[in-house]
Amino acid sequence: MTADTAPLLSVSGVETYYGNIVALRGVDIDVQPGEIVTLIGANGAGKSTLMMTICGNPRARAGRIVYDGTDITRMPTHEIMRLGIAQSPEGRRIFPRMTVMENLQMGAQLVDDKHFDDDVRRVFDLFPRLKERQVQRGGTLSGGEQQMLAIGRALMSRPKLLLLDEPSLGLAPLIVRQIFEIIGELNRNEGLTVFLVEQNAFHALKLAHRGHVMVNGAITMSGTGQELLKREEVRAAYLEGGAH
Amino acid sequence: MTSTDNQPANLNRPEGAQVKREERLAAPNRPTGRPGSSAHPLAAALKDSVIAALLVAVLGFFFFAIRTEIAPGGLDVTTRWMLWIVSILVVFFGRLLIQVFILDEQSRGLKIAVSAALVAALTAIFVINSSPGDRIGSVIFGVLIGLAAVGLVAAFAHFRGNEKAASSIAVPGLGKWLGRALFVFALVLPFFFTYFFPARDRQFIDLAILIMTYIMLGWGLNIVVGLAGLLDLGYVAFYAVGAYSFALLSTHYEFIGFWVALPLAGILAAFWGVILGFPVLRLRGDYLAIVTLAFGEIIRVVLLNWYQFTGGPDGISGIPKPTLFGLEFKRGEGGFADFFGMDYDSIQRFIFLYYIIFVLAILTNIITMRLRKMPIGRAWEALREDEIACRSLGINTTNTKLTAFATGAMFGGFAGSFFATRQGFISPESFTFLESAIILAIVVLGGLGSQIGVVIASVAMIGGIELLRNLDFLQAVFGTGFDPTQYRMLIFGLAMVLIMVWKPRGLVSSREPSAVYKEKKTIGADMVAQGEGH
Repeated sequence: MTADTAPLLSVSGVETYYGNIVALRGVDIDVQPGEIVTLIGANGAGKSTLMMTICGNPRARAGRIVYDGTDITRMPTHEIMRLGIAQSPEGRRIFPRMTVMENLQMGAQLVDDKHFDDDVRRVFDLFPRLKERQVQRGGTLSGGEQQMLAIGRALMSRPKLLLLDEPSLGLAPLIVRQIFEIIGELNRNEGLTVFLVEQNAFHALKLAHRGHVMVNGAITMSGTGQELLKREEVRAAYLEGGAH
Repeated sequence: MTSTDNQPANLNRPEGAQVKREERLAAPNRPTGRPGSSAHPLAAALKDSVIAALLVAVLGFFFFAIRTEIAPGGLDVTTRWMLWIVSILVVFFGRLLIQVFILDEQSRGLKIAVSAALVAALTAIFVINSSPGDRIGSVIFGVLIGLAAVGLVAAFAHFRGNEKAASSIAVPGLGKWLGRALFVFALVLPFFFTYFFPARDRQFIDLAILIMTYIMLGWGLNIVVGLAGLLDLGYVAFYAVGAYSFALLSTHYEFIGFWVALPLAGILAAFWGVILGFPVLRLRGDYLAIVTLAFGEIIRVVLLNWYQFTGGPDGISGIPKPTLFGLEFKRGEGGFADFFGMDYDSIQRFIFLYYIIFVLAILTNIITMRLRKMPIGRAWEALREDEIACRSLGINTTNTKLTAFATGAMFGGFAGSFFATRQGFISPESFTFLESAIILAIVVLGGLGSQIGVVIASVAMIGGIELLRNLDFLQAVFGTGFDPTQYRMLIFGLAMVLIMVWKPRGLVSSREPSAVYKEKKTIGADMVAQGEGH
């Protein structure tokens, strides 16, 4: 990835507050088209806040967020999503009483109906589990299946940029590996740009082209995934205790 | 995947309160019912029933047995021993029946013995209370009532045992057929009553109109509460807006009749729905409920106090009746009966009114069912589930909420203008909070979001209230001093509590999916196999 192409998503100097409490203190991140960028950090570092700020809720108090040449800093959430960004939010947030199919249908809300059948088949090819569970209610799925559904639902809107907030949350290691493989596959085969927020630093950095480390609402380290994996500070803070 | 095995049949797993309730019912009673346990199986059940009966004896003593009445020169104490004893017996046998059939499944012989004792006791009570002339009649009546009670408990026990199977397999198909059967019956209902009950047809059709109005209101509110999940305690406000729109328009402008005013009333009510919607957009749950409650009261208080415009507590009278393409339902020249060469009968107007509300209600249902399958309807349901997820999928939650309020309000407005034309007179008294509460109760009891549930709940609630007015036969049980109408609301409340305990998510809690995957090509076994082994 070269830095001279125009970034798909560019976050510059973003500050976000919850009331008077600072959550983000001037964050700069660029995501190039076709790239996987990850943001790692401990609990409460502000990773999810950055993700939510990109989506317009809460709003950035200072700084600029530009997506594909459009300034989206002040746009309402639903309009941001219409520009080709899809999000798999923290805690998955699938619709528990709706079936798998209906959940996918909700993801396709913004897309022409004629693509629907193809898109569903694509999601079912990626996640055969979902095909088996298509008439089951979302709330009765296992955690891994729910995460697959959340990603599948996000893909239904044919996004250019996929925002993933902690896809590994509460999942068995085997499932985590499987989901990360699929994210990598989507990036390699379809050129999907992914911005990934993760606590599971090992998997995230292994997958990502570039990574950032966030501490207390500010970026403290940046580099390629492999570089960060080798850095002593990263290993000590985020990788000890065997994250595999 | 570790936690999921293949369970294709188990689509409607009970969750939350339902699971807890089942556990609670199942847990404490297992040990006592085991064959070979030291105590006699009946002993525990009997003991439990005696305790229940004693409780009633103590609690009921001051309510049933002794009664003070204001007499000249002080209070007069009268006693009603019979009522007291009968209530104790009713509780004793009721508890015993529940113990033997449901809580602590007993052997068949014991069940029969308890049932026989109950039937005998009931018959005895009837016989003691009846006059010597109808001894045989009261014996038959007692046996029938007793058997009905036993049958009810047994059916409940049976159903409870099969609950899982029933709710996952039988109900969707059953719901469809029940819906069709009810539709056909509703279609021919006026003629059914005029043919089979010629003496009371007016009363029955009037009741059917009332029930149909509530079905329509329930369906309207179902959009707001059931689909969009916005708890609205002031729905009656839109009903009032519809009714007053039509009443005011028709009394001020000669040329505006029911059919012109109907869409206008709907539009005005929808407009008020949007007005209510704006300030409450950021609210959810309890807070939303309070604001909508206040809104309903504001509308009523304004109607009550704006004397020059609305007539205040005097209301508006002389609201025109609906016509059939200009034909009025009146006696003599130019009326409906005259035009078609029939004899005039006042029932014709009732039948006409019935069909108007029937068509309006069916229209509400069809539109709701269509909307549910369209993006806006799906957005409503998604909004109920998770607002944040909705926003992150690009749904404009503001517009979604406003359309839900407006659509629900519009149907409320239609029903309101129908109410005005049926009554011919309206006043703010018809639009109290109790109305909102009844409509909401219909939606909640029916099962949030279920269309057929609303129908069943309306029939049970509105028809049930009417039925309870005719509970004279209970005098045979509790003695002639017993006035069933006094206990109407009590029985009604009890029934509601029972339904909520029995089916916490409403009578029809299953929900039919609005989307199914249409397979275009067969997927090979290799594809399916990917899902295995982890």
